[in-house]
Amino acid sequence: MKSSKETIPQLFEAALSGERRSLGKLLTLVERGGETADAVAGLAHQKAGNTHVIGITGAPGSGKSTLTGRLLELLSQTGQNTAVLAVDPSSPLTGGAILGDRIRMDDLTDENSFIRSMATRGHSGGLALAVPAAIQLFDAVGYKPVIIETVGVGQVEVDVAGAADTTVVVVTPGMGDAVQANKAGLLEVADIFVVNKSDRPGANDARRDLDLMLDLGHISGLEEKTGYRPPIIMANSLEGTGSQEIIEAIENHANHLKNSGSIKVRQDQRTLMEVQNRVELLIGTTAEETLSTEFGQATISAVLDREISPAQAAKSIVNSLLND
Amino acid sequence: MSDQQYRVILAKLGLDGHDRGIKVVARILRDAGMEVIYLGLRQTTGSIISAAEEEDADAIGLSMHNAGHLTLGPKMTAALNDARLDIPLIIGGIVPDEDVEELLESGVAAVLGPGASAEEVVSTVRDAISARDET
Repeated sequence: MKSSKETIPQLFEAALSGERRSLGKLLTLVERGGETADAVAGLAHQKAGNTHVIGITGAPGSGKSTLTGRLLELLSQTGQNTAVLAVDPSSPLTGGAILGDRIRMDDLTDENSFIRSMATRGHSGGLALAVPAAIQLFDAVGYKPVIIETVGVGQVEVDVAGAADTTVVVVTPGMGDAVQANKAGLLEVADIFVVNKSDRPGANDARRDLDLMLDLGHISGLEEKTGYRPPIIMANSLEGTGSQEIIEAIENHANHLKNSGSIKVRQDQRTLMEVQNRVELLIGTTAEETLSTEFGQATISAVLDREISPAQAAKSIVNSLLND
Repeated sequence: MSDQQYRVILAKLGLDGHDRGIKVVARILRDAGMEVIYLGLRQTTGSIISAAEEEDADAIGLSMHNAGHLTLGPKMTAALNDARLDIPLIIGGIVPDEDVEELLESGVAAVLGPGASAEEVVSTVRDAISARDET
């Protein structure tokens, strides 16, 4: 067997000493979930807390991977050990996935960087647990920064990217008008905006719409509250233009977080979210088990017979969990 | 380990631009529930080894349409051996029947030709992984 030769602490020690293959195996364990994953995450948690997490998100095809590749290149050149966690969706039908982010990060097999592709793997809450654990693992073994790249569709993906220290939202020309830009959601979590493919027509319109949106934040008082206005950077990731500016913007934002003290707020928030997600998952799994017990079946029958409402059934199931 | 979580790297090694076949294979494996890490064109043995380590791959599939299989196939298995990576290597593409034996002897786990059906592709990958896991 490939994966059972070394114990988890042995793999962790090896990963700490820079052994990439052990890190690769630990990431697989974390991804697979369950108690083994919890054990790995526990070890990582003790050593983590030093990295800067950069979330890169945006619509499919907006150039996130290419941009990530560019940033990785620049960061590696300055000797920073950078890790990338590239998340791609799993098929809800077969569970399979094509993880094609590496193809955009060509020629990046130098010793400073580590790229890992991760599939969302549909199982409930899986991504919400696996991603923080993977980040902590990278953190623990000394990668700084850690870049997490996700598609900005779906609440979990937005949550994951939004939980980064610095969130970069990539948009492209033609994304919609100023009203779109003011809707709540992805654009709200941005610390830095990148208008990618800036050679395309409409790039300046996209920039203007974002600017107008930020102006409204100024009027509404949001900007004053945060003390920070997200910069908008024009980029062409294929050519590599704008990448250096993005790195500088990330550094600026990191400094802002440090000086304003909000770095701690963000990191605490992230930890809180992880605990919450774990609580939800644990309760969810236990509740699902309860549904298949005699009591659970009886409760469901009562709902089907319209004796009690679904809400009452849910309450009595949760109460039974708490009384255990 | 369940099938669902098999992670397979697919790549074109060296100068070979024919990537229609490998994209079909990627899709076949995806639809069989596997996770395909697609590296694309112009990879080197080194880049494939790095990716295999970082991605903790269960198998590597190389597509070859440039008649370079007898050079590149053994080169890849040698690189895997040097790195002490015990990951089955499967070669697909245009490989004449009389070359298959030599590739298998060099350590290639399986060779898939142009006529292979989707089922064959999937079962070849699965078999290669379970054969490795049993050793």
